[in-house]
Amino acid sequence: MDSETIELRGHIIDSLILPKVLDQILTHGANFKITEINIGKKRADQSFARIEVSAETGEALDELILRLRQQGAEVMERANAQVAVAPADGVFPRDFYVTTNQQTFVRFDGKEIEVRPAIINSAIALDRKNSTARAVKFFDVNQGDEIVVGHQGVRVVPVQRAATHTDLFQFINTTVDADEPKSAIIRGIGDELRRARAAEGKIAIVVGPAIVRTGADRHLLRLIEAGYVDRLFAGHLFAAYDVERALFGTSLGMNPDLAFARGGHENYLRAINTIREAGGIAEAVQQKILTGGILHAGVHHEVDIVLTGGIRDEGPMPGVTTDMIEAQKTMRTKLADVTHVILLATVRHSLAVASMLATDVKTVCVDIDPPAVERAIEHQPLQSIGLVTDVEPFLRELADCLGESGARG
Amino acid sequence: MRELLLCPPDYYGIEYEINPWMSRARGAEAALAKNQWEQLHATLSTLDCKVHLIEPRPGLPDMVFTANAGLTVDHNFIPSNFRHKERAGEQPFFAEWMKQRGYQVNWLPENLYFEGEGDALFGGDVLFCGYKFRSDIQSHRAVADMLGCLVISVELVDPRFYHLDTCFCPLPDGGAFWSPLAFDEYGQRAIREHVTDLIDVAPEEAMHFSCNAVVIDRDIVLPEGAPQLVTKLQDRGYHCHELPMSEFIKAGGACKCLTMFMPQREAVDGRDGPRDHL
Repeated sequence: MDSETIELRGHIIDSLILPKVLDQILTHGANFKITEINIGKKRADQSFARIEVSAETGEALDELILRLRQQGAEVMERANAQVAVAPADGVFPRDFYVTTNQQTFVRFDGKEIEVRPAIINSAIALDRKNSTARAVKFFDVNQGDEIVVGHQGVRVVPVQRAATHTDLFQFINTTVDADEPKSAIIRGIGDELRRARAAEGKIAIVVGPAIVRTGADRHLLRLIEAGYVDRLFAGHLFAAYDVERALFGTSLGMNPDLAFARGGHENYLRAINTIREAGGIAEAVQQKILTGGILHAGVHHEVDIVLTGGIRDEGPMPGVTTDMIEAQKTMRTKLADVTHVILLATVRHSLAVASMLATDVKTVCVDIDPPAVERAIEHQPLQSIGLVTDVEPFLRELADCLGESGARG
Repeated sequence: MRELLLCPPDYYGIEYEINPWMSRARGAEAALAKNQWEQLHATLSTLDCKVHLIEPRPGLPDMVFTANAGLTVDHNFIPSNFRHKERAGEQPFFAEWMKQRGYQVNWLPENLYFEGEGDALFGGDVLFCGYKFRSDIQSHRAVADMLGCLVISVELVDPRFYHLDTCFCPLPDGGAFWSPLAFDEYGQRAIREHVTDLIDVAPEEAMHFSCNAVVIDRDIVLPEGAPQLVTKLQDRGYHCHELPMSEFIKAGGACKCLTMFMPQREAVDGRDGPRDHL
């Protein structure tokens, strides 16, 4: 999306120049935002309008601007972004521009470059040689890198409502509370996943240990088997519970069916030890030590499994990334091409994933705790649905709904 | 009494082609052109007005079209900035002539094309200005700044009607006659909103440059070939003087193009009036 700001002055209301210009913008398939307007009060007073015009391509914009100039539009000169060099590895220059997750452009040498990827809470590094700009985290920056400072020459494009079709996410675009009906929305989410699958979108599921403890894992299993999960993001605890349940029927000693402990916390540690002994989760599957559960299904159905650790983890199991910087890098890479994310009953992991998403990723968050839901989706305006509910009935209904219609072979 | 400026057609001829009417191959017949111009001069001289003549200059064949020299309001003269270099040479002669007669000459910025009364006509206190083929819309803003009046800018879309005065003629009673198809839909709407009684000129009559008329109170001097329009104007109490203009129409001009008002308007009113509408 390219944009320019134009200004119109004169008797633009009485001469119908303002409506003509706005009509021309729309009939050219471009968009506008009136950023300032001042209408003359008396008959001879001239009026003024400042309009941001955006079009799909630079060529389309140039052609349109040429036409608008004939109507008296003057194109505002825009300043280049200011840059300063990083003083040391891992340190941004002072006043560095802090990104949002919205589509962002920086202007240098009179041209706008899109910042890719769009990552929240990053700085923008400029590569003049290749005419590229990328969002960088602290660990990405090297001494001498050119980093954008201040706000000049930076343009952020807010997410816009889809104009062409009714979009469930934009239509709901709120949190559905615990006491509100959810079946219709869950069916809508099912339809959306089916469409995503047909359009070769990528679906990521982020899960917390409650999935296993509540017994919702059996429904997640159905989604994996039906081919609705491309990536699975989880913490060490989920992985350990899943293995424990597969090996011993418990999760942290609890059996979700019988609801009493058989072996207590012991099983949890023995499960971790089993995987360590086998050399990894995939190895345990190969050796037929691990023969059930989510991770087993994931290995079988070639789901990309991204496991990251936390400070309280035992073990860890092999395959769990415990270096937090490495974990961030991996997660960001694995989320780069994802189109749909479902955050299930995990606060910290959901927040971590949400902070790495571009604004156009459709996001569903399910949690029993209302503030957890709110926080997880606050950066995805117009693209998110929050559901305050126990995760087990949600997954059951979603799996039922997707199971009815079949999925990929 | 109205004062008018005309320029004898001593050097008139079609020496270049800067509008669809002009054809060097076809040319204009000099003797006939002289005769037609003299008829116009004689007709205007019988009306309640005083006719001034500016000395024609060799090499400036279109100097005869004095309406394009500039815009005169009260004691101010805004010289044109011609779009085509062929006519740019006329500007200093007109500016000097007006200056010598006591007019304050107000120059527009050089980069703004503006072709005077050809593209700027008062209807009531509103100055209607045409743009695209000759004048730029940006010049309208500058003119509005100078005069402090409401300027209605209208886009011209038919290259045959390249100046506003070829397709729009305001009348003293607040009405006007015009050729609507010469304007885009926004221009048409803007004119309809600001002019109470509009007389549509039939396309075949508009082709005779019928809108290119000089209106002096109840007298209208216009090219022959528009019987329907003449009837409508007579019905409204106007007295029409139909003149042969064939040799000037060959260059894309007629009665009005050959005449500039000095001034077109005494003073502009309505600077402090309220807006008509939003």
